[in-house]
Amino acid sequence: MAVDSKRELIDKLRQDILRMQGFAPPESRAAGGIGLGPVENAFPNGIFPRGTVHEFISTSREQGAATCGFIEGLLSRLMDGGGVCLWIGTSTILFPPAAKSFGVEPDRIVFVTMRREREVLWATEEALKCKGLAAVVSELQEMDFAQSRRLQLAVEKSKVTGLVIRHSPRLIGSTACAARWQIRPLPSALEEGLPGVGSPQWEVELLKVRNGHTGSWQVGWSEDGFVPMAKPTLVGTQDKKWIKTG
Amino acid sequence: MERRFASIWFRHLSTDRMAIRQPELREVPFVMATPVHGRMVVSAANILAESQGVSAGMVVADAKAFLPGLEVIDDQPAWTGKLLRSLGLWCIRYTPVVAVDPPDGLLLDISGCAHLWKGERAYLTDIVSRLRNRGYDVRMAIAPTVGTAWAVARFGKKGPIVEGGGEREALMHLPPLALRLESTVQERMHKLGMRTVGSFMGMPRAALRRRFGDQLLLRLRQALGQEDEYLLPLKPVPPYTERLPSLEPIRTAAGIEIALRQLLETLCERLSGEGKGLRTAILKCCRIDGRTVQIGIGTSRATASVSHIFNLFALKISQIEPALGIELFILEAPRIEDIDPVQEALWETAPGLSSPELAELLDRLTGKGTGCTVHRYLPDAHHWPERSIRPAVSLSEKPPIPWTDDRPRPTRLLASPEPIDVTAPIPDYPPMLFRYRGEVHSIKKAEGPERIEREWWVDSGEHRDYYYVEDHKGQRYWIFRSGHYGDDRARQWFLHGFFA
Repeated sequence: MAVDSKRELIDKLRQDILRMQGFAPPESRAAGGIGLGPVENAFPNGIFPRGTVHEFISTSREQGAATCGFIEGLLSRLMDGGGVCLWIGTSTILFPPAAKSFGVEPDRIVFVTMRREREVLWATEEALKCKGLAAVVSELQEMDFAQSRRLQLAVEKSKVTGLVIRHSPRLIGSTACAARWQIRPLPSALEEGLPGVGSPQWEVELLKVRNGHTGSWQVGWSEDGFVPMAKPTLVGTQDKKWIKTG
Repeated sequence: MERRFASIWFRHLSTDRMAIRQPELREVPFVMATPVHGRMVVSAANILAESQGVSAGMVVADAKAFLPGLEVIDDQPAWTGKLLRSLGLWCIRYTPVVAVDPPDGLLLDISGCAHLWKGERAYLTDIVSRLRNRGYDVRMAIAPTVGTAWAVARFGKKGPIVEGGGEREALMHLPPLALRLESTVQERMHKLGMRTVGSFMGMPRAALRRRFGDQLLLRLRQALGQEDEYLLPLKPVPPYTERLPSLEPIRTAAGIEIALRQLLETLCERLSGEGKGLRTAILKCCRIDGRTVQIGIGTSRATASVSHIFNLFALKISQIEPALGIELFILEAPRIEDIDPVQEALWETAPGLSSPELAELLDRLTGKGTGCTVHRYLPDAHHWPERSIRPAVSLSEKPPIPWTDDRPRPTRLLASPEPIDVTAPIPDYPPMLFRYRGEVHSIKKAEGPERIEREWWVDSGEHRDYYYVEDHKGQRYWIFRSGHYGDDRARQWFLHGFFA
């Protein structure tokens, strides 16, 4: 009995700490998950945290393309109901028509091209302060802790979701982001005996989750949204569950 | 409103310019000279030289004969024109409509301006004393018409200000030269003994026209205010302009901010009253050293919000160099558009493209002036991948045709296709493997070909056969073969994009 009440107390205190750290229970509008199924269980409260900054690492051009596809999948949920997304980078390689196949209206993405990386960071911070956006995607190479902290402080006020793609970063230090992802392409899913290339499949790895647990999952994409495979292919060990990584 | 014009006459414009640049010339008689038919002829003489009998049109050798110490300087007429123009620009602080009156004058439309200087006399004294302090010998007159102001500035003896209705009397005793006539007409009048304007003012029009032409009548009617005369302003006056003269020269950023806010409040009040908003705005700061510095902003949609426009300007205030101080602020809005009334949302919806926050954010990003570009893409009716999208003109532009996703398109498209080496069975099977940047990819799955013809009415070249392929690692690419096999081109296969 005493053990149970102690566990309850600890659970309650954990919830309080989460709330203090900005992981408020979702409001009514953002109640729906992101459709990632088991991947979302890795996050605190079992829900994909909106209104925070997520970091995506990509080490090759193919991974970069897979990351963009995955992010477009996320955007299709984040931009529900007419939201607008800002895509900030030093060059625009993203091909807008492809966003349509991930359920995003490409004309609702506004591309901002800056000349230097420092300006990209400045623009990202300015954009994250703006309440009129659904999400901000920013393509960078390097981002240190202080810079990520600035972005995190900006979103805490505006509740905009920030997605930072880091292409082949030289240094992966610790950042203030809520999660660090890595998306790798996997052979596409195709019914037996059919020709052609099937729907995209990715290996979605959560390298770091603030107040959550890491893991690796296989996720596919169909016309209705993400198709997560039920079992994580690689689970973070239980004793690592509450490691604070941010 | 009663129309008032001012004429400023620089009596020794080119010599004054030399004396300002070389102060030692003030003490000696000197002339400006230009070569005419192989002889040096005086084009302008300073006051000292004039008092000793040298005048324009005299041959330099003659002048030197009776004034051996005369300095002679080569004249550069182009510089005088430039100087007159810059003086005209300086005068914009007194009135927005300033016209150059070559060779040595300025014409100002001062209707409704003089009261800011507490009357025409103070206005005139201010201009004349400032110009004299800078070293220019000027005469100025204010009259209800351009012609009278011009005449009184040059030939008037009674007083520089002509009240409304006093044109006839003011002109009466002036020589015909005061009417800006051609030299042949002037000579003929001189021969006929018409020494003052008054002597022929009352003559029948038909007689005057027969003897002296239409020009005389036109000038006379213009001087008397019977016919309108228009000035060609040096700077076109934007219809939405606010001016703020400062009592003391302003040198600090805080002072500029206060001035800017005050100007914006008056301008935005006027704009919102008319249901309009500005798209571009320019803040001009006239400094006391005679220069003007300006900063400009642009917005992506018409706005009349003081705070937003102020924030855009605030990014650039540091670019203003106040130097010794700024004495006049001018805020212009050259581009004005009708504003869409903002409707309060009845229930919370996701903010869309029309949200003012987005427009204000984009203005901030582009307004910093660091080479930031903003694009939004719309589908275009072309199959050729590079041309299948086009940049949208505005944030509110809707796609003219629906986006299609019936064909596989890569998430990332290379700006220019990169050549790859392939091993492919003929005639049109997908490759079995390809080498890209030194790495060999063996293809496991493939879709295609999707032939995209080049649009011959846009450009010429080969068609492309696109394949959507997946390699052994599960990485997906968009590659194409350019044209048919058979011709002896080494590079035929290209990689054009990466799929998710």
